[in-house]
Amino acid sequence: MAKAQPIHELQLTGITKRFPGILACNNVSMRVARGEVLALVGENGAGKSTLMNILAGLYQPDAGTIAINGEEVRFHTPNDAYARGIGMVHQNFMLVPNMTVTENVALGLKQHHRFMNLDLKATRARIVEVSEHHELPVNPDAYVWQLSVGEQQRVELIKTLCFGAQLLILDEPTSALTPQETDDLIDRLKRMTAELSIIFISHKLQEVKELSHRVAILRHGAVVFNGRTEDHTPAELAALMTGREVHLPRNEGLLVEGPAILEARDLKVRGDRGHFALDGLNLEVHAGEILGLAGVSGNGQRELAEALTGLRPVESGTVRFLHKDMTNKSPAAMIAAGLGYIPEDRHHEGIVPRFTVKENLVLKDFPTPRFSWSVVLKLGEIARNAESLKASFDIRCSSTSAAGGSLSGGNIQKVILARELAREPKALISVYPTRGVDMGAQEFIHSQLLARRRAGGGILLISEELEEIMNLSDRIAVIYKGRILKVLTSLEATREKLGLLMAGVAE
Amino acid sequence: MNRFKLFYGGSIVVLAALAAALGAALVLTAIGASPAATFVTIFTGPFTDVFGLTEILVRAIPLILVALGIAIAFRSGIINIGAEGQMLIGILAATATALALPTWPKAALLPVVILAGAAGGALWAGIAGTLRARLGVNEILSTVMLNYIAAQLYTFFLRGPMIDPGELETGSGTPQSMRLPEAAFLDRLVPGTRLHMGLVLALVLCVCVWFFLWRTTWGFRLRAAGAEAKAARYAGIHVPGSLVAAMGLSGAFAGIAGAVEVSGVHHRAIENITSGYGFAGIVVALFGALHPAGIVPAAFFFGLLLVGSDMTQRSAGVPANMILVLMGVLILCIVSAKMYLNNPYAQERAARFLARFRKPGAGEPS
Repeated sequence: MAKAQPIHELQLTGITKRFPGILACNNVSMRVARGEVLALVGENGAGKSTLMNILAGLYQPDAGTIAINGEEVRFHTPNDAYARGIGMVHQNFMLVPNMTVTENVALGLKQHHRFMNLDLKATRARIVEVSEHHELPVNPDAYVWQLSVGEQQRVELIKTLCFGAQLLILDEPTSALTPQETDDLIDRLKRMTAELSIIFISHKLQEVKELSHRVAILRHGAVVFNGRTEDHTPAELAALMTGREVHLPRNEGLLVEGPAILEARDLKVRGDRGHFALDGLNLEVHAGEILGLAGVSGNGQRELAEALTGLRPVESGTVRFLHKDMTNKSPAAMIAAGLGYIPEDRHHEGIVPRFTVKENLVLKDFPTPRFSWSVVLKLGEIARNAESLKASFDIRCSSTSAAGGSLSGGNIQKVILARELAREPKALISVYPTRGVDMGAQEFIHSQLLARRRAGGGILLISEELEEIMNLSDRIAVIYKGRILKVLTSLEATREKLGLLMAGVAE
Repeated sequence: MNRFKLFYGGSIVVLAALAAALGAALVLTAIGASPAATFVTIFTGPFTDVFGLTEILVRAIPLILVALGIAIAFRSGIINIGAEGQMLIGILAATATALALPTWPKAALLPVVILAGAAGGALWAGIAGTLRARLGVNEILSTVMLNYIAAQLYTFFLRGPMIDPGELETGSGTPQSMRLPEAAFLDRLVPGTRLHMGLVLALVLCVCVWFFLWRTTWGFRLRAAGAEAKAARYAGIHVPGSLVAAMGLSGAFAGIAGAVEVSGVHHRAIENITSGYGFAGIVVALFGALHPAGIVPAAFFFGLLLVGSDMTQRSAGVPANMILVLMGVLILCIVSAKMYLNNPYAQERAARFLARFRKPGAGEPS
């Protein structure tokens, strides 16, 4: 194994990168020493990923230099970066699901490729060695599709370490993890800093506080702050990140008991693997309230959202919407009746990635008289609608004719939010609405949800973030193994109570 | 950056064309023909007289019609390799209709004949579409298999129920139908040539398809289902229904191509009538970027290739089947070129490579 020289110090100087119409990185300089954790934070589209892609050899900077241990280096390909000990774990895992862990790692380990032969034994030995050394338990013979998201994350880490990384770049490593998996990952990363440097990108300032020694904040491609993490509170960092004070809004309203508009009675629904993901679930959402649904993901949240929106067949039990039995009605019928839905998979379900932003903004309403005359689309009205929503929801895109899939995650979420809220839904199901979006966007999304509540809409807020649920909800239901374990009012709910309930302990 | 993109795209296209020419030249040399003479014949031969020119258009008509259908299917997320079979069924339906209504006036009969062709093609494609939507049967397999069934059915009808009674009387037994009544003929556009009104129909339908796909709610549904079925379902679009509709429409265009070929060129159903248009149409659709505005020039280009390669047989001694080899080489080049055009990393690498030759201080590409 050709080991890279240890990285004592990495120095970026004056890195500038331009894309058409955007200055992605503007004269960025920063430095990471051995054993140090640098947190790189900033809003969606601030240039964090571009900067890291430059460091990992995927992009070339237009200007500026990278120096390792004082010696200037140039990376033309990711392999050049790996050769100098820089390894990146991308936000979306780059693993082949129907291969084993060993095979996945072997894909990139060129020195184990022999003529017509792949030295899987050596790869496996290397994995075991790395996994023991860094206390990252993993079964090298498991197929990737069998692994949970947290385990896949560990495989990515091991893969990168097997390639000889001395400096790890982690792009939002916790965005897909459950709270438990997140805590676990942070513990492991802390231990790894004994011999590695880490640059990690995150939106979650709590994690930044916990893990990093230094923090660098990017805004519009430029470094606006670079300092020691311990000297600053999360609130100060948030303000530096957005350029203003960020106050996540809270639900201050009085609990008004409106009529129940969305009800599930004894709902039984099968999950993808054929088991009962919902097993006799009862729930009702009232007009003018936000009902938070807390729970560890995988306890039936997705199936509940899909059953309520008509996307998943209901085995038994009933769904009532606006006092009518809507069990097993088509998605189109639920949409027409006034049910909004912000889905978990925003990239492939919430939008059609190849459609333009303006087309995505009318994805549900294009057949209505407002956007079409009989069957002919009113392109002018569709464009006007897009411009006005772009302005009122602060959707950042070069043009509303840009492909929806080209937007950053936070902006895609705003497109979905704009579309769903503009329809003024009677009830809205919102699944992990702020997962992986920055503080500024989070604040905006929260205030929009609260505004919808004030306007009399009922909202089912499904989330793993207790903070989010407790800030926004009038009542909080806890889901566990496909049933509602308990419903608390926001006054009764505490972190401890919810935590116990989420673990399945009902007094 | 835009100038660079244009340059990049342009060079890729030129390189792909050169690669195709080189590949074809190699094959031609291998069979002992002169590549230069062959290319000259293919690309200039058809332009030397009115007949050659009109023949290009005659070949382009079915290619446009088939390619339009293919574009609808591909854009809607379902792949149709069965245009050949759908054309044959369309021809049978159109011919049978025309022969069954010999007394109808032209204004009534011609539209009915063409609609019958469309219905035949739609029905045949609808089988594959329904199998896919209901049972998840792979449409590539089913359309290819349905081609074989259609070919056998076609032969059966021409040799049996629909054979020209005259052939039986004289005993020659050529498998062909009776001549259509004159009222079912598409008018000739240029006297003395085979160019017929089908060209106008094809061009009008191009506009219709463009309007349908990009200006109507129906097209929006089909494209949404094709681009991301999960999001389409989420938005309340009935995805299986849209697959069947797209496949049916796609087949209808192949059926129209068949009907137009019968009533415009041959005036009776004969064997080998499709001359591979059903497959060549797929290439035309891809070459034309699945867009009517691209399909028309692509069809003219392939029409030129088809006519030109017929001429090489006479002048350069190259068998006309060589055109199939040429098409294969072309497809390879198009597909590879597309990969490079859509790959941002390849683009980035090319930009870097160019930057090495840029004079210092010349500034950034903008």
